[in-house]
Amino acid sequence: MFGAGGGTSSYREVEEAEFVLLWGSNAREAHPIYFHHVLKGIKAGSKMYAVDPRRTASAKFAESWLGIDVGTDIALANAVAREIISADMHNKEFIDRATSGFESFAAHVESYTLEYASEATGVPPEAIKDLARSYAEASTAQILWTLGITEHHNGVDNVLSLCNLALLTGHVGRWGSGLVPLRGQNNVQGGGDMGALPNKLPGFQDLTSVESFQKFSASYGVDLNPLPGLHLTQMFEAMDEGAIKTLYVIGENPADSEADVGHTRKLLSELDFLVVQDIFLTRTAELADVVLPATVGWAEAEGTVTSSERRVQRVRPAVQGPVGARDDHLIIGDLAKRLGAKWLAESAEELWDEVRSLSPMHAGMTYERLEKLDGIQWPCPDITHPGTPFLHDWLWQEDLNGNPRAPFSVTNHEGPKEQLSDDFPIRLTTGRALDSYNTGVQSRGYNSPIRSGDRLQISEADASSLDLIQGERVRVSSPRGSVEMEIGISHDQPRGLAFTTFHFPELVDLNLLTNDEWDPKSGTAEFKAASIKIEKLTAGVSHA
Amino acid sequence: MTVTRSTEVTFSLNGQQTTVAAGTTILEAAQETGVEIPTLCWASNLTPVNACRLCVVEMEGSRALVPACSRECEPNAVINTDSERVALSRKMVLEFLDTTNDLTQSSELQTLIELYGADASRYSDPVRSEDPVKVEDDLFVRAYDRCVLCYKCVEACGDDAQFTFAISMAGRGFETRVSTEFETPLPESACVYCGNCVGVCPTNALQFKAEFDLRQTPDWDPESQTSTDTICSYCGVGCTLEVHTQDNEIFKVTSPSDHSVTAGHLCVKGRFGWQYVQPPTRRPPTNH
Repeated sequence: MFGAGGGTSSYREVEEAEFVLLWGSNAREAHPIYFHHVLKGIKAGSKMYAVDPRRTASAKFAESWLGIDVGTDIALANAVAREIISADMHNKEFIDRATSGFESFAAHVESYTLEYASEATGVPPEAIKDLARSYAEASTAQILWTLGITEHHNGVDNVLSLCNLALLTGHVGRWGSGLVPLRGQNNVQGGGDMGALPNKLPGFQDLTSVESFQKFSASYGVDLNPLPGLHLTQMFEAMDEGAIKTLYVIGENPADSEADVGHTRKLLSELDFLVVQDIFLTRTAELADVVLPATVGWAEAEGTVTSSERRVQRVRPAVQGPVGARDDHLIIGDLAKRLGAKWLAESAEELWDEVRSLSPMHAGMTYERLEKLDGIQWPCPDITHPGTPFLHDWLWQEDLNGNPRAPFSVTNHEGPKEQLSDDFPIRLTTGRALDSYNTGVQSRGYNSPIRSGDRLQISEADASSLDLIQGERVRVSSPRGSVEMEIGISHDQPRGLAFTTFHFPELVDLNLLTNDEWDPKSGTAEFKAASIKIEKLTAGVSHA
Repeated sequence: MTVTRSTEVTFSLNGQQTTVAAGTTILEAAQETGVEIPTLCWASNLTPVNACRLCVVEMEGSRALVPACSRECEPNAVINTDSERVALSRKMVLEFLDTTNDLTQSSELQTLIELYGADASRYSDPVRSEDPVKVEDDLFVRAYDRCVLCYKCVEACGDDAQFTFAISMAGRGFETRVSTEFETPLPESACVYCGNCVGVCPTNALQFKAEFDLRQTPDWDPESQTSTDTICSYCGVGCTLEVHTQDNEIFKVTSPSDHSVTAGHLCVKGRFGWQYVQPPTRRPPTNH
C-alpha cells in the first residue's frame, strides 16, 4: 500500500497496540502464531474487535464481534469513516500534511449513514458507532485482514476502504499503528518480492520503468520482454480463448484450488502441452505431459522465504530428497540453459546475491546477515542497515521525505456479484481449518486427531427450517455445480450463511460450487461469496 | 516532598557489587553477569510459578532460601547462589524427584544430579510414580511417570502462550497429575494439538509419537541425530522450525524460545505437519 506491496508493521507491534481490528481474518486458526502476538496484547490490556460474518475462533476473543453480511465490507468501512468524521475524531493535522482527496472522500461517505450501513451489512448501528470511536480514539491501532477482504470481486476496493480508515486517523507509519495483510502461504510475500507479478520486476520495480528495464536487460545481456504478463485468472481466460496453449506450473494445484474448478480442469486438459513441477503427483500433475519432481523447499533445499512482516528468512535442508527430485532453481536453471539463456548461478546463495545486486530493497541482506539477525525485514538497502520494522514513517515527516501524498480512495458498496435468489437462497463462504491447509496436499500427510473433514456448517435455524440433522448427507448446489456433503450444525453460524473449508477435494469437490467472478484489479476470484441451495437426499437416507 | 523511585538496584551477588534495573529477578541478574543458577520449572517464555525450588539461593536475613526465578533484586541485599546450604537444598530437591520419577530422558537433570551428587538410593523403598504411557493419537504421547509437576505444560496451554486451557493440575498430594477436564482422552478434550506443552516439557514426559516409537527400537541413536533451523511451509507467518532428524527422517520439530516470531511456540501444522516430506509418500519416480 502507498507504493509498497507488503504489510506495514511488525508482529511485535500488535502486542503493544491499544486497539486491534481483525477484519475478515480468522487468524486464530489460519495464522495461529501471529494470533499469539494478538493474545499477548489482549492479556496486556489492548482491545480487539473482530469483523466477520461468522463468530470465528478469533472473534471469540474479541471485545466486540461485528457479524457482517458477506461482501458488505465497503458499506461498513465507509460508515465507520463517516462516523469518525461527523464525531470530529479524524486527525486533521495528519490529513492536511500527508494525504490528498479528503474533501471528496468526506463528501462521498456522507451517504453512508449508520442506518444505511446497518441495513446493508446487518451490523447494529451502535456497534458501528462504537467501532468508529474506539478505533479513532486509540493512541495506536492496527487493522489486520486476510482473504475475507481480498477474495471478493472488489477485493482491492475492500483493501482501499480499510486504508482510508488508517489515513483518516493517522493509524499508519508509526510504531503500533499500521495495516497488516496476513499472508496465507509461507512465501506468497516472497513471490511478489521476487517479481512473480505480471507487471513487476524483483523488489517491486516497475517493468514499464525505463531505468529498471535497462538495468535488468543489461544484467542478463538480453532485452527482456517489456510487456506486462498475465495474472493467473487472465491466464485461464487466455487458455479459454486458445491464446495460451502451453503451461508450466510450479508448486500450484489449480486443478483443485481454482474457483469453478470443473471449468479449470477442462481448460488444463485441452492444453497442447502442460508441464508440472511439484513434490507430489497432484491432480494437476496427473493432467501433465511432463512432470518434473522437485525437492521440498523448506526441508530439502537451501533458499529464502519472506513472511507477513516482510522478514526474509533462510530455509535449509534438514533431510535429503528422494532420488530424482531436484531443487526448483536447479530445474529452472537447466531449462533456461537448454533454451540458450546465460545462467550463472549454481547455488541458492549465488542466486540470492544476484537478487541483491538488482533489487535495492534486498541489497543489504547477505546470507551471513540473514542468519545472524534471524531474518531481516525489507527494505534493507546496505550491509549496515538493520532492516525496517515498520513502513511509511515518511507520512509523519514535515516534507513527507519527498514522497507524494497518500490518496484517499472513493469506494462504492456493491455487495457480492452473485446475489441470492429463490433458487439459490443461501450464502456460501469458505475458509480454513486449524489443522489443514489449502487443497490438503501437505496437511493430509499427518493424522490429525482434530480433523473433522469438510462439513457444511449451517445455523440451527436453517437446519430446523430445512429439516436437517447433524451429520446428515445433503446435496449442495450452486449455479455452477453440485456436490454431496455432511451437515454440521453450529451455534457460531448466522442464519442464511453456510461455511465450509476447501481442504479435502478428494472427499468434497467444493470448488465446483465457488464463483470465478474476479476482481479486475487483483485477478482474485470471489471464493468468499457463492449462492447455494441445500437439498435433502431422497428417501432411505441414514440419519447418522 | 517528592518521592523518587530508584530505577536501579545495587546488591551483592556472590560477593560482587552488582547493579541492575529495578524489577530484575535474581535469576535474570545472575544470567546477565554470567552466574549460573539451575532451573527446572522456569523458562524464558513462561511466567515463573515457583514450583520446583531448584533455583533457590541464600539471601542474608531471610529465614528460608528464596527462589531466584521470581524474587526481585532488592537494594543492598547480600545474595549467595552457591553456598553449602543452597547446594544441599538443590541436591535434596533432585533426589526427591529422582526417587519418584523416571528422569532418565532429561539430560539437563542428569547433569545436575551428577553436579550436586544427588543419590536417590539414600532413601529406602521410595514410592514411585507408575503411570502407564498414554498413547491416544499419532502425534504425541504422555508418560506421566516422568512428570515432575513443573506446570510448564499447563502454563503454555494457558495464558502464557496458547490460551486453550485444555489441561490443569488435578488431584491432591502424591496423586496430583496434569489432566484434561474429567480425564477425557486428549482427542475428545479441548486440546488443539499445538504441542506447545511438548515443547516446554523438561523431562520428556510429553514427547512426539515419532520420537517415542524410534526410542522403542534398537536404532535410537542420539549421536547421529541432527537439528536444522528452517522456516515452516504452511501459512505466511514465518515460524522458525528446528527440524530434528535421524537417518534422513524427521522425528521431532521444535522452535527456539528466543525467536521473535514464535517465542518457541508453534501450531499443529508446524509442529506435526511434516509427515508429507517422508517416504513412503514421496518415492522416487519409477521411470527415472
